[in-house]
Amino acid sequence: MLTRRVIPCLDVRDGRVVKGVRFGNLRDSGDPVELAAAYEAQGADELVVLDVSATPEGRGTAVETLRAVRGAISIPITIGGGIRRREDAERMLANGADKVGVNTAAVDRPEILAELAERVGVQCVVLAVDAARRPASPSSSAEAQSGGGWEVVTRSGTTRTGLDAIEWMRRGQELGAGEILLTSWDRDGTRDGYDLALLEAASNAIERPVIASGGANSPEHMAEALTHGADAVLAASIFHEGEWTVAGIKEELARAGVPVRRLEGAL
Amino acid sequence: MTPPSSTQPAPIRIIDTGIANTASVSAAFGRLGLAASLCESPDEVREAAAVVLPGVGSFGAGIGRLRELGLVDAIKERIEADRATLCVCLGLQLLGETSEESPGAVGLGVAPVAATHFPPGARTPQFGWNLVTPGAGFSLAEPGYAYFANTYRLTELPVGWAGATSDHAGPFVASMRKGNVLACQFHPELSGPWGLGLLASWARECAGLEARVPATGRAEAC
Repeated sequence: MLTRRVIPCLDVRDGRVVKGVRFGNLRDSGDPVELAAAYEAQGADELVVLDVSATPEGRGTAVETLRAVRGAISIPITIGGGIRRREDAERMLANGADKVGVNTAAVDRPEILAELAERVGVQCVVLAVDAARRPASPSSSAEAQSGGGWEVVTRSGTTRTGLDAIEWMRRGQELGAGEILLTSWDRDGTRDGYDLALLEAASNAIERPVIASGGANSPEHMAEALTHGADAVLAASIFHEGEWTVAGIKEELARAGVPVRRLEGAL
Repeated sequence: MTPPSSTQPAPIRIIDTGIANTASVSAAFGRLGLAASLCESPDEVREAAAVVLPGVGSFGAGIGRLRELGLVDAIKERIEADRATLCVCLGLQLLGETSEESPGAVGLGVAPVAATHFPPGARTPQFGWNLVTPGAGFSLAEPGYAYFANTYRLTELPVGWAGATSDHAGPFVASMRKGNVLACQFHPELSGPWGLGLLASWARECAGLEARVPATGRAEAC
C-alpha cells in the first residue's frame, strides 16, 4: 500500500535556508545540506528545495546548493523557483533534481508544461500553484467557507492573476503536470493549519497527486490534510525550528491511522 | 574497499538517455564509494563491468532514444550474456515488449511481458513509498519501502525471473531479477538506506564490486 508522504521544504537563498511569512520577512533557518541530511535520517519521504533568490547570481548559487544536497541524501528532490524554460529544467535534473516545479512561468506560458512533459516525462513535472481565497460575497453567507473560490497568485504573491485555481490545476493536469504542489497563500507561514476546503476541492477536481502546503503547525494539521484529499504534506517552519522531527510527526500520523513509512531508530 | 583510481574507467556506467535523473543515480553509487559515470556508446555498454539503464520519460521516447544511440543490441547482448545490469523504473518496462503508454512502440523484448496502466481509481502517477515484498528466490533485499514514480507497471512476472511485489490497486511487479540482471520499477537510488542497501547487494553479488555502507545508513522498518 502506498504510504502518505511527509515532505520538508527548504526555501534557499544565497546558499542558506530561509523562511518567511506569506512569502515575505525571510529569516535564516540554517544550512541546507545539514538540514537535508537530518530530515532524511528522520524519515523524510522527499525534499522540496525552493530557490527564493531573485537574481541571476542567486540562481547559480541554487544549482550549487542542489548539487551539495544531492550528494548527501538518497530521497527524491523537487526543485522549484526560477524554472522558466526547458533548459532550466534540464539543468536542474542534470544537477541532482528528480522533479522540477514550475509556477509563475506556467501561468505566463502554460505550454511550458507540455514541453517539459514531452521532454522529461510527466513524472518529473510538478505544477506549483499558489492559491488565495477570493473574498466572499457579502450577500451570501453560504459562501463563507470557500468564499468565491480561489485565485492563482504569482510572483511570490504580489500578482493576482484572476485565474481560478481549480480550473488552472485541471488545465495543468491536461497539459502534463504529474503532480500539484498546492500552497495556500492565506495560510503560508501562519501555522493556522492547511486550507482544507482548498485541498478537497483540488483533489476532487484532478486525478494527479496533491501535495498540501501552507499553514502546518502540528501532526493534527497534517492528518487533517491527508484525510481531506492531500496525498502528501509539505511543511517548513515546524521542522526548521525543531519543534517537530519528521519521525515525531510520523509517529503521530501512524497513531491517527495514516499509513506512513517509518525508519527504524529514527528520532 | 578502495575506490578505483581516477585513471581506470569507472566500473559502473550509467546509460545517458538524456531524459533521466542520472545525477541521482550517480550520487547514490558515490555514497556507496562506487565510481559511476555516464556512457552512451555501444562499446562502453558492452565492456563495462556493470551497466545501469535509468529511466524517466515515456516508453516510446525511452526506446526511441536507445535506438538513436544504437544501444539496443549492446544492451540485449549484455543481458543475454548475464552481465551485471540494473534497469530502473522505465528501464524495467523497456525489458518487455510493449506498453499501453506508447501503442506501436516495441521494447527490448528481453522478457515476454507488457506494461499496462494502473486500474481506474488508483491515483496516478503512483508517487511515493510503497512496501516491497520479495518473493521466492529474490534474495537481494529484505522487505522494505521503496520510492515509486510510475503510471504503468507489469502485473506478471516473466518466466525464469525471481520477483518482488508491491500493491497499488492490486499487486504489481516491484522488482525482478534473473542472474546478474536486476530490474526495479521503483527508484533504488531514491529509496533511502534500503535502496542503497539493494544497490550495494546488486553491485557485490552481480558485479563483484564491494560497496561501503554510508555512515548514515539505517535498517528500514518493515
